Amino acid sequence: MAHAPRNSFIAPGVSRYSRSAVYAKKALHKHPKPAVKAADKSAAADKTVELKGGQKRVVPANKASRFYPAEDVPQPKKSRKAPKAASVRSSITPGTVLILLAGRFRGKRVVCVKNLESGLLLVSGPYKINGVPLRRVNQAYVIATSTKVDLSAAQIDEKFNDAYFTKKTVSNKKGSEEEFFEGEQKKKVYPETKANDQKNVDKALLEAVSKVPHLRQYLASTFSLKKGQFPHQLKF
Amino acid sequence: MSGSFQRQVEVGRVVLINYGADAGKLAVIVDIVDHSRALIDGPTTGVKRQAFAYRRLTLTPLVVKDLPRAAGATALKKSLEKNETMAAWNKTAWAQKLANRTQRKNLGDFDRFKLLKFKNQRRAVVGPAVAALKKQQA
Repeated sequence: MAHAPRNSFIAPGVSRYSRSAVYAKKALHKHPKPAVKAADKSAAADKTVELKGGQKRVVPANKASRFYPAEDVPQPKKSRKAPKAASVRSSITPGTVLILLAGRFRGKRVVCVKNLESGLLLVSGPYKINGVPLRRVNQAYVIATSTKVDLSAAQIDEKFNDAYFTKKTVSNKKGSEEEFFEGEQKKKVYPETKANDQKNVDKALLEAVSKVPHLRQYLASTFSLKKGQFPHQLKF
Repeated sequence: MSGSFQRQVEVGRVVLINYGADAGKLAVIVDIVDHSRALIDGPTTGVKRQAFAYRRLTLTPLVVKDLPRAAGATALKKSLEKNETMAAWNKTAWAQKLANRTQRKNLGDFDRFKLLKFKNQRRAVVGPAVAALKKQQA
């Protein structure tokens, strides 16, 4: 039985409980999600009935209910919004040297290889210089510097898209016989194709980097704020 | 020149503005309004003719020679060019320090890294040389 809304307004537009507080109260996480069935379209909506005088008339197959529900049943709001891929800011172009701010490579200076369709950036250390492999990063966790590596001569393979980086789903063998007999899981070996891809991309990058003096050492060094430095006052 | 003051508020005194929209620009005192303000003008530096408080100015050691009181912008411009005041200013250690400061501020991340490397290189040469000289002297 549906009940009155838990939340109420303290003042117009100001809810008593926040969105997350209401979610906690509802305790939806404790219940399985009700599966929504699609309306059965195969059943006939109308049927033909023969009247006493021999006339025929089309009436609805199912009579509409004679009653309205006494209480208003809350209807979930349907959202028509779909997330759009963020546009990459103008200071980031293929070849821009970026400073990574989050994740296990934070502080590293890397080269932006290209912008992916999902709005993420494809970057490479290059791996040989600073150990950062070909990987995707969110532009929000990156400082764009004014330094550009000339990638005009570099050919970047089309296959480096978002699908290239998605993980293959592994069958869940937990608790099964197989897992029991297999014993210790073998250490996963880095796939050779990926290692070769890294080498191919980095070859072009390294060539471009080596043309600019000090650039290699620059990419190998990590960024950190020194005494008296404030990121909003610095030029990158 | 009198007393222990080396720089005086006088007509023709070149001043550095340190407040407001024109901060960091040079101007010249054209006339003295009262004990707290002077009329300044900077036709070569983009400072409009205006009354300006002394507490928002710094006096420089430069003076435009023989500038008549309340000289117009054209006359001031002429005498500034004749005396080569701007060139004299750019030669001072003060101006160079200011220029250095802005240049340093505008360095990019890669430039800062290169500066670090160049300073390292200099230290590697100068340090041992100084140490060797000191040893010789001792």
